[in-house]
Amino acid sequence: MRIAVLGGGPAGLYLAALAMRADPSHDITVIERNPPDATFGWGVVFSEETLGEFREADPKSYEEITESFVRWDAIDVRYRGETVRVGGQAFSAIARKELLGILQRRCAELGVALEFERELTEEDVRGLAGEVDLLVAADGVNSTARRVWGDELGSSIDPRSTRYVWFGTDFGLRAFTFSFRESEHGLFQAHAYPFDATTSTFIVETREEVWQRAGLDRASDEESIAFCEALFAEDLEGHRLLSNRSLWFNFLTVKHDTWHAGNVAFMGDAVHTAHFTIGSGTKLAMEDAISLAGAIERCGGDPARLEQALTYYELERQPAVERLQEAARESQTYFENVDRYAGFEPVQFAFNLLTRSGRIGHGNLALRDPGFVARVDAWFAERARAASGAGAAGQGVSATSPVQTSGERTPPPRRIAPPPMFAPIRLGSVLLPNRAVQAPVSTDAAVDGMPGEAHAGQLAEALTSGAGLVITEMLAVSPEGRTTAGSAGLYLLEHARTWERLLARVRGELSAAGGPPVGVAAQIGHAGRRGSSRPRREGLDRPLAVGNWPLVSASALTYAPWSRFPRELLPEELPGIREAFARAARWAGEAGFDVLEVNMAQGYLLAAFLSPLANERRDAYGGSPEGRLRFPLEVVEAVREAWPADRPLVVRLVAEDRHRRGLSLDEGVTAARALADRGCDVVHVHGGWTVPETRPEYRRFHLVPASDRIRNEAGVPTMVGGRIVTRDDASTILAAGRADLCVLDLPPP
Amino acid sequence: MRVGVGLPGIVPGAEGDVVLEWARRADSGPFSSLGTIDRLAYGNQEAFAMLAAAAAVTSRVRLVTMAVIAPLRPAALLAKEAATVDRLSGGRLVLGLATGARQEDYMVAGVDGRGRGPRFSEQLVAIRSAWEEGTVGPRPAREGGPPILVGGSSGPAFARMARLADGYVHGGGPPRAFANAAARALAAWSEAERPGRPDLWGQAYFTLGDGGTVERGAMYLRDYYAFTGPFAEKIAAGNLTTSQAIVDLYRGYEDAGCDELVLLPTVASLDQVDRLAQVLA
Repeated sequence: MRIAVLGGGPAGLYLAALAMRADPSHDITVIERNPPDATFGWGVVFSEETLGEFREADPKSYEEITESFVRWDAIDVRYRGETVRVGGQAFSAIARKELLGILQRRCAELGVALEFERELTEEDVRGLAGEVDLLVAADGVNSTARRVWGDELGSSIDPRSTRYVWFGTDFGLRAFTFSFRESEHGLFQAHAYPFDATTSTFIVETREEVWQRAGLDRASDEESIAFCEALFAEDLEGHRLLSNRSLWFNFLTVKHDTWHAGNVAFMGDAVHTAHFTIGSGTKLAMEDAISLAGAIERCGGDPARLEQALTYYELERQPAVERLQEAARESQTYFENVDRYAGFEPVQFAFNLLTRSGRIGHGNLALRDPGFVARVDAWFAERARAASGAGAAGQGVSATSPVQTSGERTPPPRRIAPPPMFAPIRLGSVLLPNRAVQAPVSTDAAVDGMPGEAHAGQLAEALTSGAGLVITEMLAVSPEGRTTAGSAGLYLLEHARTWERLLARVRGELSAAGGPPVGVAAQIGHAGRRGSSRPRREGLDRPLAVGNWPLVSASALTYAPWSRFPRELLPEELPGIREAFARAARWAGEAGFDVLEVNMAQGYLLAAFLSPLANERRDAYGGSPEGRLRFPLEVVEAVREAWPADRPLVVRLVAEDRHRRGLSLDEGVTAARALADRGCDVVHVHGGWTVPETRPEYRRFHLVPASDRIRNEAGVPTMVGGRIVTRDDASTILAAGRADLCVLDLPPP
Repeated sequence: MRVGVGLPGIVPGAEGDVVLEWARRADSGPFSSLGTIDRLAYGNQEAFAMLAAAAAVTSRVRLVTMAVIAPLRPAALLAKEAATVDRLSGGRLVLGLATGARQEDYMVAGVDGRGRGPRFSEQLVAIRSAWEEGTVGPRPAREGGPPILVGGSSGPAFARMARLADGYVHGGGPPRAFANAAARALAAWSEAERPGRPDLWGQAYFTLGDGGTVERGAMYLRDYYAFTGPFAEKIAAGNLTTSQAIVDLYRGYEDAGCDELVLLPTVASLDQVDRLAQVLA
């Protein structure tokens, strides 16, 4: 076949070589706008797994490439004057120039025609596609071919908000290095790695506004270099930064629905980019080349079979690339917001950085560098121990038997420590033996709000699960506040007495069986406009067939088209509801609950006050964010007053509505601050459900980013759930400082 | 994991006697269910009519729609059709519903495709209410009606499933895609605080036989999915054409937590169900 390749980068050259090697009867030309020895960018990183594929694809170039490799296995995280080294990472790198030289020679040897310094216009490219059987567009992030066929491919090109520049430096670093340096204008970070004995890539990145404040938008090349050399002097150990057309760019995230248009196939950066902080651009491009060469081979020289072959290529490559792009997006977001972690100690900062993309967790990091994870665990356990003011970890004490704190001396950090999920946590007078939480869903089995055997059974099961804290279903603070006719309540003294007996009995059984004390939280709330619904197993928010009770809410707006209208609460009715919450809080204390959780989420009454989607009031309890927060905060103040001062208060908060016109996470962070100011000890981060039609993004850990922001921007401890399944999941999130407690979704037994 | 098989009436040109004999063989074979798909502007047999016919010649297998395009029919009509098939089959219907992906079907039906998501939610509520309250007869064979599965791959679709359905029906793909969808379904379910867990259903296409048969299967898939553009070729490429491919997919789906996998035919001839039964045995 006649094949033209646009772009003589690693992707285009490797594809040309592999295709020619498979079938020397092809006529292949590579067209490159630059001269053969020009190169921009410095070194290229590969992981071990990619190398295996190179060996299979073409042993000859594999050998040459790997002979030129510099290898190392550590990542250094330099932060606040400390370097944390993490091993077991297995990287290899090569100078980009060296790599191109090897591939150019391999192409020439196999009979590929190489045309350098030939710049093609869009018109030329279009014409070329008509002349050849296959045109391969490997012409990089600013692809000319993409300008011609981008619409057919379904382009999405997203410029990101940080600025970065590629430098080199004339000495070999000893590890992949992330260095964070504070300037008077703000935080800068460097991503640097060696690619031969005497040279390293040195990328500097910062937020757009910091870049402007530092005057780098107006700086010359020399001034940029001088600035970065001064800032990173310690990392450079007296060496220089080298520039090679080094300009400050915004990173472009490129994605496409389809990677081919007719007889034009796209590969590498031309069709997909992944942020440089996961160092995978060249790796992906060369893997594309292997797959595309395989697809060409499958045609057996018949251009009629090209369409099917190119589809195979996409089918093979797209899922792998999308997975990496997802990880790259997480990594990029991390670096865009790294200021958030400025208060972290270096060891946690490093753990957080390494687990940023979700690809690496506590467990597999422990396999790569057991020493580092042991250090993280010991640090976490020691901090938990110090903060909990108790003796040995794992010895839980409930509110009803206050903890003994003595003037014991601090022991040295333990070398064997439990993973973070098993570190205790003190909340007020309550010491939870670990950070796993169970929150069983309502059985809808109560009668007139009265808990019964179903509740006792559920509680007993949750208490023996091993979790450190168990949260009840939402207990209604008034009969109208029930979600279903079978919702449990805490609006009659008799409810409180029954919970007291039930708790005592279940705790007694647990202790008789030798189980450790577990914290139990009463969750109180008012269903608002989601009340008077059928049992949850029959679908949510469907009105009762008979016996509906009147609904109340912030405004007279129905929850769903199929639900009933609520009545807007009058200002003079609000104190009554506030008092119902306070009364329930007092009774929960008397019944012996260790923790109290107030529900301000899931579209229930307090969440409806918070959200502009459900609150259209014109009085002091609506309108502005402050107005919408007013009633929920009044409730929290009253509850805090009624709930024993030494016992912890949790608020389950809707951090965002997942709706264009709804609460944004910014408002969620503000609300969390206000709650903390009023004595809320932990924010249990929730989202959505304020209205039925929202745009949630369900995936593993989907609530963790919101928890991360609230914890580290509002400075309040958080609890988070959302597809957190294993202890490794929980330990990863906890050790990274993205939450303080995790609600586990346990797999079925 | 249970395994069902699709009815051949989903392939244009299928003969009535082939569909009935296929159903009989499936009922006495290693299958737990018979499935259909739903299209309007296409030459497949209508889903409920086909399941009603299958109900008459089977006694054991469940009958599942994967999935009926709900907004194309009034909710009351859907409730009646489903209740009828449930009664005819002695309570063996599993009602899979979705909004479908083809604009063409909406155009032919004269139904506005805009806002179909929220409308679909309302339909789900109306169907359940119709069954429970008996406003549209007959009553389904079972109290509360047949289980409802909801399909779709967007966040709102998962939330809708968790809010109003009993399970999730996936649209097909490699095990990894199913596992991803299953995780999302479970995340939505747990956030909705529904008790228990959703039933998770998967589907995949198969063609077993010589090169010509396999090519006929691929042609069907390219034609059926022509509206997706180049994606049709991807679906054709994912067709299961060897027993090893079926076994691999089966294992992958089982590991991903699938409760029932329905294998859909692409060629309407009886040897297909026999060959599949052999592979599964």
